[in-house]
Amino acid sequence: MDVLITIKEKITVEEALAFIQTPTCGGEVIFAGTVRNHTHKRAVTHLFYECYEPMALSEMRKIADQVKEKWAIEKLVMLHAIGALYPGDIAVVIAVASAHRGIAFDACEYVIDTLKETVPIWKKEFFADEQPV
Amino acid sequence: MGILLFGVVKETAGCAVLDCPAYIKDVATLKRWLYEQYPSLQQLSSLMIAVNRSYASDDQEFTDRDEIAVIPPVSGG
Repeated sequence: MDVLITIKEKITVEEALAFIQTPTCGGEVIFAGTVRNHTHKRAVTHLFYECYEPMALSEMRKIADQVKEKWAIEKLVMLHAIGALYPGDIAVVIAVASAHRGIAFDACEYVIDTLKETVPIWKKEFFADEQPV
Repeated sequence: MGILLFGVVKETAGCAVLDCPAYIKDVATLKRWLYEQYPSLQQLSSLMIAVNRSYASDDQEFTDRDEIAVIPPVSGG
């Protein structure tokens, strides 16, 4: 399985898609998590993502190892953005390619669910109705 | 020794690296000390400690040569 794991300020779906496309795969699943403009009815102006980068990369590699054990996935991409992000910006991209689509959906969902539980990245929300600190 | 702080713990302590007393040599003691210093941390749904960039159990010991970090509930994705 080929793996691309990256944490940086700006991420795109295109770079994930470019990495996973291969003639041996017929199923490519891409999940993009974007910044919502509200949380519990409060308007969100922007987010700030903070990261313990060496451990985050290590935990992402552990998720990749689990995927490799569970499914016959050929390509896996995990991208996470850090820093200030605004509504509509892409915060996370998971991309998976396999010969057929079924396991690609399963693996993609497993990766994003596990990432949200274990990878040391923190989101701070800034709201329209509060004074900047 | 200096321990790395992130997220709400960093905001609570007001610094990114916290100096902790030399008698603290295991995860459980470190957590107890943190809760004493910053009682508001007890309201968090979890407080994990990482030793050398891996989640550590309460009975794990460490020395001043290890990299220690306090991990409040994560919220990536």
